[in-house]
Amino acid sequence: MIELKNLQKTFDNGATYAVADTSFSVEKGELLGLIGESGSGKTTTLKMINRLEEPSSGEVYVNGQNVLAINPEELRRNIGYVFQGIGLFPHYTVAENVAAVPQLLGWDENRVTLRCQETLKMVGLPVDEYGARYSSQLSGGQQQRVGVARALAAEPDVILMDEPFGALDPITRAELQEEFKRIQTNLNLTVIIVTHDMTEALLMADRIAVMKDGEVLQIGTPQDLLNEPKHEYVKKMVDMPKRRADRLEKLVHSS
Amino acid sequence: MSDNLREQLVLLPEYFQGHLLLTLISLSLGIIISIPLGVWAAQSKIVKRPLLTAVSIIQTFPSVAILAMVVALLGGQIGLVPAIIALVLYSMLPIVRNTVTGLETVADEVVEAARGIGMSSNQILTKVRLPLALPVIIAGIRTAAVWTVGVATLSTLVGATSFGNYIFTGLQTSNLVSVTVGSLAAALMAIFLDSIIGGIQWLTEHRNQKSSTRKFKQVKFIVITAVLLGGSFSAYSILPEPKRDFVIGGKAYTEQYIIAGLLATELEAAGFTVDQRIGMGTEVLYTATANGTVDVYLEYTGTVWANIMNNSHNPGRKVVLESVTDFVKEKDGMVNVGTLGFQNRYALAMRKDRAQELGIVSIEDMIPLADGLIAAGDLEFFGRLEWITLRDTYNIDFAEKLTFDSTLMYTAVNEGQVDLITAYTSDGRVAAFDLQIIEDPRNSMLPYDSFLLASSRAAENNRFVEIMQTLVNQISDLEMREANRLVDVEGRSVSDAIAYLQTIIHE
Ligand SMILES: Nc1ncnc2c1ncn2[C@@H]1O[C@H](COP(=O)(O)OP(=O)(O)OP(=O)(O)O)[C@@H](O)[C@H]1O
Ligand SMILES: [Mg+2]
Repeated sequence: MIELKNLQKTFDNGATYAVADTSFSVEKGELLGLIGESGSGKTTTLKMINRLEEPSSGEVYVNGQNVLAINPEELRRNIGYVFQGIGLFPHYTVAENVAAVPQLLGWDENRVTLRCQETLKMVGLPVDEYGARYSSQLSGGQQQRVGVARALAAEPDVILMDEPFGALDPITRAELQEEFKRIQTNLNLTVIIVTHDMTEALLMADRIAVMKDGEVLQIGTPQDLLNEPKHEYVKKMVDMPKRRADRLEKLVHSS
Repeated sequence: MSDNLREQLVLLPEYFQGHLLLTLISLSLGIIISIPLGVWAAQSKIVKRPLLTAVSIIQTFPSVAILAMVVALLGGQIGLVPAIIALVLYSMLPIVRNTVTGLETVADEVVEAARGIGMSSNQILTKVRLPLALPVIIAGIRTAAVWTVGVATLSTLVGATSFGNYIFTGLQTSNLVSVTVGSLAAALMAIFLDSIIGGIQWLTEHRNQKSSTRKFKQVKFIVITAVLLGGSFSAYSILPEPKRDFVIGGKAYTEQYIIAGLLATELEAAGFTVDQRIGMGTEVLYTATANGTVDVYLEYTGTVWANIMNNSHNPGRKVVLESVTDFVKEKDGMVNVGTLGFQNRYALAMRKDRAQELGIVSIEDMIPLADGLIAAGDLEFFGRLEWITLRDTYNIDFAEKLTFDSTLMYTAVNEGQVDLITAYTSDGRVAAFDLQIIEDPRNSMLPYDSFLLASSRAAENNRFVEIMQTLVNQISDLEMREANRLVDVEGRSVSDAIAYLQTIIHE
């Protein structure tokens, strides 16, 4: 469970706020989509949860504990994180990247190896074929999958994902979205997924938070957003996928 | 193979060992010191600028100056220690700079990812930043290695054995073969190290992309083989050598090489083991003998009188000898174990036919003719005390006073372009050009009697003193001139000159 209370972040001593007075919570087992245009403060919000950034004010609770009271390294090892720029270690193989967090946590070697195989299989990269490769030998989409596998590897119950499926082609992307949704439901993971893509948010998330200029404009279920957008901006955001869906439906029926 | 080349190659194992030892120790210490400094500088802005400036400044100093300063700071100690310190100082810049650059150029997003998965700053450094910076750091080590091999040749000047012994001996005794062997050997060692480290660098650069390719495996095999071969060869050659009974020192010119060699031959014939450290400056040698790192070397009374005791008057040959003998004993605990007989002082010299034609035997004969004579001096003579004393003692000045490199000076007098030159009394070229040394009846030139200056430890050894005394006053100006001529003019080896002197001494 993740809870943000009046969270604020300024990088310029209060002249502007990258994140302004944000409060919401993500229940255990819930998948929250965090959506908003570029620069709206999504990444900054995510980083404050695992203390890659320190809040200017406000509080963050993970599983009921104030994160400021937890040793930051300890905290980060127990939260899966998928980085916006992928952030794989270029000098580690795929398998070594995935094994990184379990090793930091001191797992024994057999368990690490098994878990590596398991997670790489989950994201569709069999260890036999891909385990020994370096990230420079992978496509952008394959790298993103390794990023997801690395976040899952240490069996965290909280996962933060910053545009995890950005570089994938539509088919692989849809497959991976479904695959991840299934994993998340099975393992009852608490997840925040940052995305630009409203369709992705509508199809995967239990609830969606729409951010603009550092503020959360509306937070609610996909139905809430589709049926009762409380903001012109939110309406515009959901209209596009809605119109597309309508047109697709007409196409299907006219044939 | 010529005798000369064979004689040089006999020295190869010893010089190779010395050079390798210097290079490996200095480079290892350089790496051990510089990488942590570079890491520190990359973490702290306050450290970075001053540190990089400091190591850059060291680099701009001439290497010879650094060597001299280290020797001075160590209170005149010579040998491996000052040479290694200087080489380590010299190797620091490329390693420190590349460590800083390498660490700073690791992509921010990779460092952030490392932080994000919960690595501590130490883990980020050792597991992510250093490994990613490794190719750049190794490139720095590679540069340092090549520099170190090159600069190590200068260690000869502070009494550490290296390929520089070939080069400096060769330069001083006009032995081109020796210079070539030394330069080639140093170049080969540099190329070998450069290739091995270059191979390692290539491997670290390509470990991510090509580790499974054939080429990668080949390079890996070659590098490992070279390291193993080089390593075991070094380990074997660096085995500590037994301690020698006496260390013979020497300055950097032919006469010194000959006499040091003579002393070595005599001591070895008596069953002692000796080590020769030749090619140093007067100051370095004098202090090294005072503190016992060197046991004996050939010194001149005038040198100690003027340069060490800082006297500027000339009380005559006997008094200078006595004062110098007392001084070295009382001030620095050293012993003058005996003069050899010849002097190596400045003297005016003329072609014999020209002297006869003008009727000149002594400087006094020159006085009425001086305003018609052209004199040539070496680079320093007309600025030295000797000239001022000569001028004032005889109230003499020449029509023209030219300054030459000493080789050109001899040619000039031989070809009649100048009437007289300032020669050294034991110089082989005086004999070669059959010049006449002009007498100095008023003793205006400072005496430079050659004598054996021994450390207190050596002087306490009776057998040693006995052997040295068999040489006392055995070599005349003429004979030393001839020995020098064999090497400098005829291009014979130093051992030939030693053999010549031995026939004279033991006849
Ligand atoms: N380290 C930083 N220093 C200064 N300003 C920053 C820093 N990080 C983010 N910002 C600013 O904070 C604001 C929010 O940035 P953030 O990265 O959270 O946006 P985002 O919603 O993730 O955008 P995108 O979709 O492009 O990734 C931006 O205006 C950005 O310029
Ligand atoms: Mg972002």
